[in-house]
Amino acid sequence: MISITVNGTQHDLQVPPAMPLLWVIRDELGMTGTKFGCGAAQCGACTVHIDGVATRSCVLPVSSVVGKQVRTIESLSPDASHPLQRAWIAEQVPQCGYCQSGQIMAAAALLAQNAHPTDGEIAKAMSNICRCGTYDRIKSAIRRAAAEA
Amino acid sequence: MEPQTVTRAGFMRLTGAVGAGLWLAVAIPDCGPPLRTGDKDFSPNVWVRIAPDETTTVVLNKSEMGQGIATGLATILAEELDAAPAHLRTEFAPAAPAYVDVQFHDMVTGGSTSIRNSWLPLRRAGAAARAMLIAAAARRWGVDPASCTTREGVVYHQSSNRSASYGSLAGDASTVPVPADVSLKSADRFTLIGKLNRRLDVASKVDGSARYGIDVRIPGMVYAAIARSPVFGGRVKSFDASEAKAIPGVTDVVQVSTGVAVAGKNTWAAFQGQKALRIVWDEGPNANVDTASLFAEAERLSKQRKGEHVRISRGNPDTSAGTVLEAIYRGPFLAHATMEPMNTTADVRDGSCEIWSPNQVPLRALAAAAKGSGLAAERCTIHTTYLGGGFGRRLEADYVEEAAEVSKALRKPVKLTWSREDDIQHDFYRPMSLNVVRGVVSGGKVIALSHQVVQKSWLRRWLPQAITNGIDIEALTEVDDTPYEIENLRVTYIDHEHAVPIGSWRAPQANWNGFVTESFVDELAHAAHQDPLAFRLAHLRHNPRAAAVLRLAADKGAWGRNAPGRAKGLALTFWAGSYTAMVADVSMQGSTPKVHSVVAVVDCGTIVNPDIIVQQAQSGTNFGLSAALTGKITIRNGRVEQNNFYDYTVLHMAEAPPIEVHVVPSKAPPTGVGELCTPPIAPAVANAVFRLTGKRARSLPFSDAFA
Repeated sequence: MISITVNGTQHDLQVPPAMPLLWVIRDELGMTGTKFGCGAAQCGACTVHIDGVATRSCVLPVSSVVGKQVRTIESLSPDASHPLQRAWIAEQVPQCGYCQSGQIMAAAALLAQNAHPTDGEIAKAMSNICRCGTYDRIKSAIRRAAAEA
Repeated sequence: MEPQTVTRAGFMRLTGAVGAGLWLAVAIPDCGPPLRTGDKDFSPNVWVRIAPDETTTVVLNKSEMGQGIATGLATILAEELDAAPAHLRTEFAPAAPAYVDVQFHDMVTGGSTSIRNSWLPLRRAGAAARAMLIAAAARRWGVDPASCTTREGVVYHQSSNRSASYGSLAGDASTVPVPADVSLKSADRFTLIGKLNRRLDVASKVDGSARYGIDVRIPGMVYAAIARSPVFGGRVKSFDASEAKAIPGVTDVVQVSTGVAVAGKNTWAAFQGQKALRIVWDEGPNANVDTASLFAEAERLSKQRKGEHVRISRGNPDTSAGTVLEAIYRGPFLAHATMEPMNTTADVRDGSCEIWSPNQVPLRALAAAAKGSGLAAERCTIHTTYLGGGFGRRLEADYVEEAAEVSKALRKPVKLTWSREDDIQHDFYRPMSLNVVRGVVSGGKVIALSHQVVQKSWLRRWLPQAITNGIDIEALTEVDDTPYEIENLRVTYIDHEHAVPIGSWRAPQANWNGFVTESFVDELAHAAHQDPLAFRLAHLRHNPRAAAVLRLAADKGAWGRNAPGRAKGLALTFWAGSYTAMVADVSMQGSTPKVHSVVAVVDCGTIVNPDIIVQQAQSGTNFGLSAALTGKITIRNGRVEQNNFYDYTVLHMAEAPPIEVHVVPSKAPPTGVGELCTPPIAPAVANAVFRLTGKRARSLPFSDAFA
């Protein structure tokens, strides 16, 4: 039995300790906003917050988050009102949208640490892949959210 | 209606040959009965229904894979309906003949054809619905329908100061006969087309609630993965499942057509089980295939002109009356690498098969479901979800058949998920290509050009009726329909059959041929001692539309003005009835081109959703740039050598340039934009690199060409 806390709720789970957090969140807890993209911590579609730090959950053993706070896209705001979500809408960032949960979670962790990142800091922090190529709008949306904060 | 013969003009590259006359002659498939409807809804045709609560649902026969088509189609229909944008919803159509496309006679989201093929049918559907709502209101009020007006989901009778919302008229409108003929708005009366900029799908894509195929969950479902032969065409000889079955959570192992399937309580268990299988493969005849041998074979075919088919031969292309330039261009295989890996959920039980799948071809998915489940198509249902990217990969329904087969074998609902490694190694790749070009310049102009394309045909498998005289018309895109005026021209094609599965990849095969033609035009300009812009324009005197796009790009991209250490490159390409020209501003960082900015000009006819056109131009450009920088799939011992994003690298934010997009105002019918800007970026960058370094890329990616 492993006990983890996701979005403020404790879950007691019968899963192997090595099972990546991504699959616990998606398949065991049924929260599908966090995406599978590569299984190798390459693309960032699976990004969640572990004690506030943007973390790729597809290679993260569930046992390593015991006693920590896991936050997923579902808990970023109750009504898509987080400054980044509003900025994402204002800039019309998403196309296919599949990577955007991970992009927004990566951006949220960035702004929590650095409220006014430079373009270089944004590009360095935002290494998530978007095959639709929405990068320029992601950058604009982060700048917009930072300016509004 | 008899299916039309699929001609070159009738397929991906629909041109002016299919004009308004034919459109009107083609029966619009909007007269069938509504397929999904509530009792009190108004459903005048298969494309729209209005509920008493005002919800106006536009039914989409096209898949939303990022290109914004849900918003685009809703905009077109809502324009003629005079619907309120706030009431608009969309849903994906079932796989049914009522929803076939007027061009393909199939349900296909591809070729950047959705807007133009839906332009008149959906406007007519919206106009018919509006006429019926007016008729219902006029009857209720006892007034002349011609005295009624509509605006944002309400019918008005101004002289008596009465109004009724569409929702309140839904019941009455359902009893009004469907009009035989409707008139459409003139463009000056558009209130949504050319203006609506907010995508209808964005809200669900910022909070994790948008449901993709991979997010489908149904009760009692198990999660499955399949181990497939690493060698193309290989088959299972024998396998030992004991280690796989020992993985915690693994419930089933079963052999299927494409390999061995492992199912479990979650995706992780299935993936672990997949890796733990011990399979002995019969590798078949392809275990010696590698990239080098494939190119050697292509060169042999080229030299021997074996199986060469002549598409165009005019004048004397073999003349040597000028400066002669010969070159061979070599294009690599490419994978699609959609963000959402292939997946499908299938429930094959009790003589029926229900499928949830992110796909671009619902009727082909239906056929695949029938094949995989062993049931008649009438017993199968397809639910198309959002697609986490398509790029042509999901024009294939292989993963639908697999899911149905596994579910049938296990007698349980199954979600089949491909790992990224499965996706990279079992794709239908952008074909490798050998292009042999010869040009002759004299007096500052191209006087002769020949272009031989050696490339495996995709349409031979995917749309065999489109093959005419042994020629795959897609393989010659950007080659036989060059916008440049060239008197002596020869274009030939050799279908290079080989073991590697190939398919459609964003802007097939312009995505490669456009690189060849626009690089070689640049080579010819250099040989003719001409400025690349002036040289192109000198060959576009009969094509004012293309010339205008090119001039505007040169103007906005400050052609001729280079910052120190940088150079600009130019390219002009066309796709799906649209033109684009691009200026890339480039420097070299070691042997790697750094793209500082891109200016793209797009002429895609009538502008439906202005910002979605900008999005697609940016998206297409980055997709092409990603492949140009590092994209290649290589084959060794019959296997794909790449595995995941660490060795099939794609564009990240740090390499993505700002892309400034200018859309040319136009009164022409709308044409394609989803793939339009993928072809020109590689030649634009390559041409800039040539100006900087004198090095000419005759292959891609740049990481090899400039190494």
